[in-house]
Amino acid sequence: MYKVIGGIISPVNDNYRKKDLVAAHHRVAMARLALQTSDWIQVDPWESEQAQWMETVKVLRHHHSELLRSLPQTEGPDHGRAHSLAPTGSALVFPAVPELKLLCGADILKTFQTPNLWKEAHIQEIVEKFGMVCVSRTGHNPKEYISGSAILQRYQHNIHLVREPVQNELSSTYIRRALCQGQSVKYLLPDAVITYIKEHNLYTGDSS
Amino acid sequence: MENSEKTEVVLLACGSFNPITNMHLRLFELAKDYMNGTGKYRVIKGVISPVGDAYKKKGLISAHHRVIMAELATKNSEWVEVDTWESLQKDWVETLKVLRHHQEKLEASSCDHQQDSPRLERPGRKRKWAEQRQDFGQKELLEPKTKDVPKVKLLCGADLLESFGVPNLWKSEDITRIVGDYGLICITRAGNDAEKFIYESDALWKHRNNIHLVNEWITNDISSTKIRRALRRGQSIRYLVPDLVREYIEKHDLYSPESEERNVGVVLAPLQKNTAEANS
Repeated sequence: MYKVIGGIISPVNDNYRKKDLVAAHHRVAMARLALQTSDWIQVDPWESEQAQWMETVKVLRHHHSELLRSLPQTEGPDHGRAHSLAPTGSALVFPAVPELKLLCGADILKTFQTPNLWKEAHIQEIVEKFGMVCVSRTGHNPKEYISGSAILQRYQHNIHLVREPVQNELSSTYIRRALCQGQSVKYLLPDAVITYIKEHNLYTGDSS
Repeated sequence: MENSEKTEVVLLACGSFNPITNMHLRLFELAKDYMNGTGKYRVIKGVISPVGDAYKKKGLISAHHRVIMAELATKNSEWVEVDTWESLQKDWVETLKVLRHHQEKLEASSCDHQQDSPRLERPGRKRKWAEQRQDFGQKELLEPKTKDVPKVKLLCGADLLESFGVPNLWKSEDITRIVGDYGLICITRAGNDAEKFIYESDALWKHRNNIHLVNEWITNDISSTKIRRALRRGQSIRYLVPDLVREYIEKHDLYSPESEERNVGVVLAPLQKNTAEANS
């Protein structure tokens, strides 16, 4: 049904003011180093470079319009559509506009329930206009979160739940704590990111 | 405690490494942090010893590839290396023998080092004087401080510890010697289960001070079995194994439904050996 053509990592703006959040330029640099070996995922610093924190739905809107702008313009009757031949010889026509989906852990679905954290209208736009891909996370039952919300239930066909066959409880919180305690995080992060953290003295516990 | 008073430790990990994964590599890092953190030990080296093909485990691909992958995986490590002795033996080698081999190697190279020192530092007249002083128990002041030989310890996950309970997989004398003469460092998520397992075994209980249980707070479920399954299903193993290992696997198309069928119907070497000896 789908063919994934790209991945975007969008580090949050400093003005999000989350505890222990190091400066955006570091977080962007580290993501870039981590993605050096990837041929399909990229970092996009746009969100982090804005003057203030912005809602996720606005980031989605921005990247979607960027995607539209980057599409090749075609003339003629088949304007905006791509063709290819199926193995049986019949023509396959599919829309050339890619869909942009929000990729996250299943825990994000739970945060939709937190009062005042998300605007209802935004949640609706995210699941209706864009769609979500939620990767399982230990201790979270995404099906439960969906069935507990009318909006999520209505658009559940647009919320793709991915079960992670290799359970991995790795979290940034764990990494920061380990670094603070002088413990090794080798093989949990790419070597290039570990080197960057050491060179810039990040997560030493002196600042928060 | 001064560095010179700490026991130097070499961590030895035995296993199929079919293929090596980031989890295997994490075991070393967790064990090193733990042992160094006790203040009593100083971990000086980590050794990965892939098992020989004669082990006959289902799905075990050639030792040649498994060794190369482990070497690629430890290319960027300053202290963990691969040893091929076990993999090059014609017959399967008991873990105890591998431990013994590495301990003897350490003792041999330590001996050479100690033999060199007197020649260099006490030629001619000085030696005579030193010998006289020796008689008066002044030995420590004149000889270079001789370090104790580093100790080899077996590094493993909880699965190995619990495999001690599988009938005929291990000789009970071997288990006793492994924990008694060498020691075990076991990385585990379920500390309580491991402690219970030790409690329920007289041999393990007796040497419990030589069994170090290290807690792995975050689940890291990357097993070689899952890696091979993902590969057969065309799923990504990126970020689960080092990039160089992933590229090597792809280049040589190492894991397939066919490779997983290797040794099917063949009895695992230790089971074969221990059952035969029990029946003889």
